[in-house]
Amino acid sequence: MAELRALVAVKRVIDFAVKIRVKPDKTGVVTDGVKHSMNPFCEIAVEEAVRLKEKKLVKEVIAVSCGPSQCQETLRTALAMGADRGIHVEVPAAEAERLGPLQVARVLAKLAEKEKVGLVLLGKQAIDDDCNQTGQMTAGFLDWPQGTFASQLTLEGDKVKVEREVDGGLETVRLKMPAVVTADLRLNEPRKPRRRRSRCSRPGTWAWT
Amino acid sequence: MTANMLVPLAKLSCPAYQCFHALKIKKNYLPLCATRWTSTSVVPRITTHYTIYPRDKDKRWEGVSMERFAEEADVVIVGAGPAGLSAAVRLKQLAAQHEKDIRVCLVEKASQIGAHTLSGACLDPRAFEELFPDWKEKGAPLNTPVTEDRFAILTQKYRIPVPILPGLPMNNHGNYIVRLGHLVSWMGEQAEALGVEVYPGYAAAEVLFHEDGSIKGIATNDVGIQKDGAPKTTFERGLELHAKVTVFAEGCHGHLAKQLYKKFDLRANCEPQTYGIGLKELWLIDEKKWKPGRVDHTVGWPLDRHTYGGSFLYHLNEGEPLVALGFVVGLDYQNPYLSPFREFQRWKHHPSIQPTLEGGKRIAYGARALNEGGFQSIPKLTFPGGLLIGCSPGFMNVPKIKGSHTAMKSGVLAAESIFNQLTNENLQSKTIGLQVTEYEDNLKKSWLWKELYSVRNIRPSCHGFLGLYGGMIYTGIFYWIFRGMEPWTLKHKGADSDQLKPAKDCTPIEYPKPDGQISFDLLSSVALSGTNHEHDQPAHLTLKDDSVPVNRNLAIYDGPEQRFCPAGVYEFVPLEQGDGFRLQINAQNCVHCKTCDIKDPSQNINWVVPEGGGGPAYNGM
Repeated sequence: MAELRALVAVKRVIDFAVKIRVKPDKTGVVTDGVKHSMNPFCEIAVEEAVRLKEKKLVKEVIAVSCGPSQCQETLRTALAMGADRGIHVEVPAAEAERLGPLQVARVLAKLAEKEKVGLVLLGKQAIDDDCNQTGQMTAGFLDWPQGTFASQLTLEGDKVKVEREVDGGLETVRLKMPAVVTADLRLNEPRKPRRRRSRCSRPGTWAWT
Repeated sequence: MTANMLVPLAKLSCPAYQCFHALKIKKNYLPLCATRWTSTSVVPRITTHYTIYPRDKDKRWEGVSMERFAEEADVVIVGAGPAGLSAAVRLKQLAAQHEKDIRVCLVEKASQIGAHTLSGACLDPRAFEELFPDWKEKGAPLNTPVTEDRFAILTQKYRIPVPILPGLPMNNHGNYIVRLGHLVSWMGEQAEALGVEVYPGYAAAEVLFHEDGSIKGIATNDVGIQKDGAPKTTFERGLELHAKVTVFAEGCHGHLAKQLYKKFDLRANCEPQTYGIGLKELWLIDEKKWKPGRVDHTVGWPLDRHTYGGSFLYHLNEGEPLVALGFVVGLDYQNPYLSPFREFQRWKHHPSIQPTLEGGKRIAYGARALNEGGFQSIPKLTFPGGLLIGCSPGFMNVPKIKGSHTAMKSGVLAAESIFNQLTNENLQSKTIGLQVTEYEDNLKKSWLWKELYSVRNIRPSCHGFLGLYGGMIYTGIFYWIFRGMEPWTLKHKGADSDQLKPAKDCTPIEYPKPDGQISFDLLSSVALSGTNHEHDQPAHLTLKDDSVPVNRNLAIYDGPEQRFCPAGVYEFVPLEQGDGFRLQINAQNCVHCKTCDIKDPSQNINWVVPEGGGGPAYNGM
């Protein structure tokens, strides 16, 4: 549908290749100065949204990230991959540690309604907490259908056909949009962010608290 | 060529090669020419990079658009280490002071500033204070002033302390123990605040030239090439950055600098650069053993007197009981069975070192090559359109084991000279790219030059019969008493890659097995460096000739690359069919130390930059 807009949630996590170290006071892991990058499943979700846009099935791709100011880097990566707009939901660093799927799902639900999107795309889980809850909770708050662990996504008119990877094999569901879809590993292979740093027409990012 | 060509060649190469080696006639050319006869069909293909197999001759690249976008800047700096960042900051400071507008772009291959920085480090704050006089107020991470300085010679069981008298080069009074990665990160923030455009994650892959041969700028790496060299659907060309002056601050043995030395013949009047490899670990130790501010250096065991090298152990004072320790081995070592990594692990078991580490936890590991050539190996520093700063030409003060302060000073001097040229309204340049000869003249008049001149003979004095101890005696007499004013300048032995003796003339070294508490194996260490690369890209460790590793390096030197690489990149694995070995390059492990490019006895390995963002993920190393 040419009028369809997609919201993609991206999370900034510690890079997967870095060895995690527990803080000496055992209150968490060391994050200062450690290399962070976009959650790999979120990259797959962004890639899927951008591909839909390139096929002209989606009009606009909006990336959103919740967290401290460094999340802007993750949003810039999403923009460089092809998203049109980025929304940074600013959470002070001290409180960011307590940010979990429930809070993020509430934010995403509110944003999805505010931006009037038809499709919310997320990674199936984040590699730092492995919660696998945000997508499902967002669908719950919005009371929208959900297609999780998607390994194939096809838009058919006002419905979206999702092939899901489940324990028993593959399951295909057809969801009436608006819907929430979470991306699994085999959905696509993400592109590298575009190298061109065009300073003239970079779409806006703004903070929303 | 067929397999029966191999047999007569093997018979020819060994004794014939020894003859030629002894006579030092075309040592490198003859075996390479010979092995080319047997290369392609028998040897599995290893190298697929486009620098060896150009894409304009490759059918798979037909019809792929190779257009690149270009951006114009006034100055482009390659490398965000201490030198590159000092140059960037100084340029912007001068621009603000004189109310001029200069666009400075800084490209760095690491994903974030400081992620590829590794050093001891004991910083002489002289150059840093010139650049940031108010560093304390700004919160620069110089948290550990040196309080105690110790030096010792180790034997297998004992430790012989050597007094450090004031005036000796390793006297550290007034210096700071720093985590250079954090300092570089801080400098990066200062640079951004001043308006420098910092681009981490962008590797400079190619130097661009004007028609008149002067430097036009650099191009960043292409992305989306498969491991076999074919383009992916996501292929994209890099970005071109054009500048009036390009500053090359790639650090020790930079790959673009290597091309520039050849193109502009910058090394015509200097000796070849000699190097060392430095391996480093960070440990959290037992608080009772922690002595913040203590600097410990040793020489001797486990190296013999003819192998230059030694260790360092610095106690940091940053809240937790952290020590930075490491080992340096001069890359002019002769025994191909030597493994710098395993010497480092072995050294930690010495009775005077092990107690400090017992009960502690290792949290980081890394390695990098460093310069040891000093004064005699400084090349010509400027050329049309560009100049070299920092450890790339090599300003390390070897006996002091410090190069960061001289790197910063060279960056500052370069910035000042570039600024003068750029703002000179009556500038007349013979070439489109500006040649900033003022930089080299100012460098020769500065304290940097005097410092390097006064210590120039210390490292070469270790080549005598008494080896390292001869060097120490020389330092005591000629540096401590005469302050380096002797009228002669000793020469180095030659290029490091020529120093290896054939394996049959050397005894293999029996290294102890790592115990997992104090010493560790290679792969778990590499995992701690956080290094990773996009796996589906051509290996960035390119071989000019794929057959040389097995036919020459393995045959004559027993494959030293499997020993000197601190990341386990090179492995000789048995062939799947038949007898013999092949070289396997695990490019993903690479920690960008450049040792292979330096020490390969056949000089067949050419390190080029992988896709930006890959490489180690050091945190405050």
